[in-house]
Amino acid sequence: MTVTELVSYEDALAAYDPVMGLEVHVELGTKTKMFCGCSTALGAEPNTQTCPTCLGLPGSLPVVNATGVESAIKIGLALNCEIAEWCRFARKNYFYPDMPKNFQTSQYDEPIAYNGYLDVDVDGEVFRVEIERAHMEEDTGKSTHVGGATGRIHGAQHSLLDYNRAGIPLIEIVTKPIVGAGEKAPEVAKAYVTELRELIKSLGVSEARMEMGQMRCDVNLSLRPRGVEKFGTRSETKNVNSLRSVERAVRFEVQRHAAVLDDGGTIIQETRHFHEEDGSTTSGRVKEEAEDYRYFPEPDLVPVAPTRAWVEELRGGLPELPRVYRNRLREEWGLSRHEMQSVLNAGAIDLITATIDEGAPADQARKWWMGELARRANEDGVELAALPITPAQVARVCALVKEGSLNDKLARQTIEGVLAGEGGPDEVVTKRGLKVVSDEGALGTAVDEAIAANAAIADKIRGGKVAAAGALVGAVMKATRGQADAARVRELILEKLGVEG
Amino acid sequence: MPGITREEVAHLARLARLELKAEELDHFAGQLDDIIGAVARVSEVADQDVPPTSHPLPLTNVMRVDEVRPSLTPQQALACAPAQEQQRFKVPQILGEE
Repeated sequence: MTVTELVSYEDALAAYDPVMGLEVHVELGTKTKMFCGCSTALGAEPNTQTCPTCLGLPGSLPVVNATGVESAIKIGLALNCEIAEWCRFARKNYFYPDMPKNFQTSQYDEPIAYNGYLDVDVDGEVFRVEIERAHMEEDTGKSTHVGGATGRIHGAQHSLLDYNRAGIPLIEIVTKPIVGAGEKAPEVAKAYVTELRELIKSLGVSEARMEMGQMRCDVNLSLRPRGVEKFGTRSETKNVNSLRSVERAVRFEVQRHAAVLDDGGTIIQETRHFHEEDGSTTSGRVKEEAEDYRYFPEPDLVPVAPTRAWVEELRGGLPELPRVYRNRLREEWGLSRHEMQSVLNAGAIDLITATIDEGAPADQARKWWMGELARRANEDGVELAALPITPAQVARVCALVKEGSLNDKLARQTIEGVLAGEGGPDEVVTKRGLKVVSDEGALGTAVDEAIAANAAIADKIRGGKVAAAGALVGAVMKATRGQADAARVRELILEKLGVEG
Repeated sequence: MPGITREEVAHLARLARLELKAEELDHFAGQLDDIIGAVARVSEVADQDVPPTSHPLPLTNVMRVDEVRPSLTPQQALACAPAQEQQRFKVPQILGEE
């Protein structure tokens, strides 16, 4: 394998125009598999959720999961697709032990949904991603490769198969070639997958957790010289499984393709593996042609022909779509598009909404989740929602600040305590003794002392330099170890020095 | 009449993971040619008013309610496995000569 020196992203974009195609697999959240009644619950012991059908034993027959079809139609409708009046499943034949049947039941030329689009926000602008199709298929089993250096398939002596996942319903959503994204191609790819994830979650058909493998993305990318109409040869980077990785994979492939093309080389149509550690890709297998899969209509299943009445009923029951919902929230919260994008990227929308529902003002709820808590989540390398603090607890902290029991600094310490497992906000405040000094007598004494100790500053304030009061506020805050309400301290200082605020 | 070449038979054999000798390639090329020819004749008889049949029954929308049914025990599931390890099916090296 030759290692090509990457071209800088800017140089690559100056010479070439990227064209992308994104394939996203979503594992549906149905209780049972697509073609049999085995449970789909996560975390079960190996091979405890299998039956003759999903093991491909002779004589077994599949039956379609009605909820799987319903979810597929909902996804299709939410993606503005047409829904097939009649469609079939097909066998995709291949020999690989992750499917014990030696074929995957999928859809080929008759997808249940086709010709749609999804609008996504990129840097405050709307970019329309056209959808080619969304089709139903089934997940494969899970392989563990033994004997290789790093658990990888290369160098493995043998492999172990757990078929609990084999047969779990998947919806594969394929875009049309995404052109015109230009230098924003990586951002567009990330925004599309983000929006799709939000959409899937809002439909309630899957939790779409990428870190759990419930949503996986393949990135197809090709470059064409600027001004050329014809698409270049594409590479297909498989299993790009986080939003950040989607962006990185596109960027890397743009730079790699440009390097190969600049050298006068040709891009090979192949699958590539993405490496999380450094964001690079390496060559996988040379891609099979579709005819090598020898697709043919699945004889064991009858066609799916959703009645128009059913489709319209499902359309009528669609929830408010995430972009519409976000725009409404954005206006309510008084945010710019850019700020709202950050909230979305941080996975904070539901958390902030829940905190507001618990009585917190919108700006305070956003401030804590996007500030202190986002910082902590980032430090700990976890999703915001995984932090051990609830929206109700954050709302309680906001309430304590509002009633004057806590100032900003004490509120931060309270949150720290909650995150450290010391209890709810009130418990932490009591245990750590974090109440603001609101005893006017004690505060008055502290102010008097600060004035006496800083006579020169006090004189300046008396002389009208109100801005100098900050220094005295600081002295009082220090004396009370930060446990005073700074605004109240300032009022007292000005009052005592006989100056109007 | 469709003709199937020796190379195509070799390709199909590879996809089906069948190891064929040189004389077998010739032998099966002839046989497959006969089969494809027979199907082609049926296609000639069936005009455009006869749609391709993928299923003999005039049924659609046979579906099942999304309710969990008992699975096999792992012992039952693995009963016919030629080899097993850690309650999993053990299979030979996947990437070999390729």
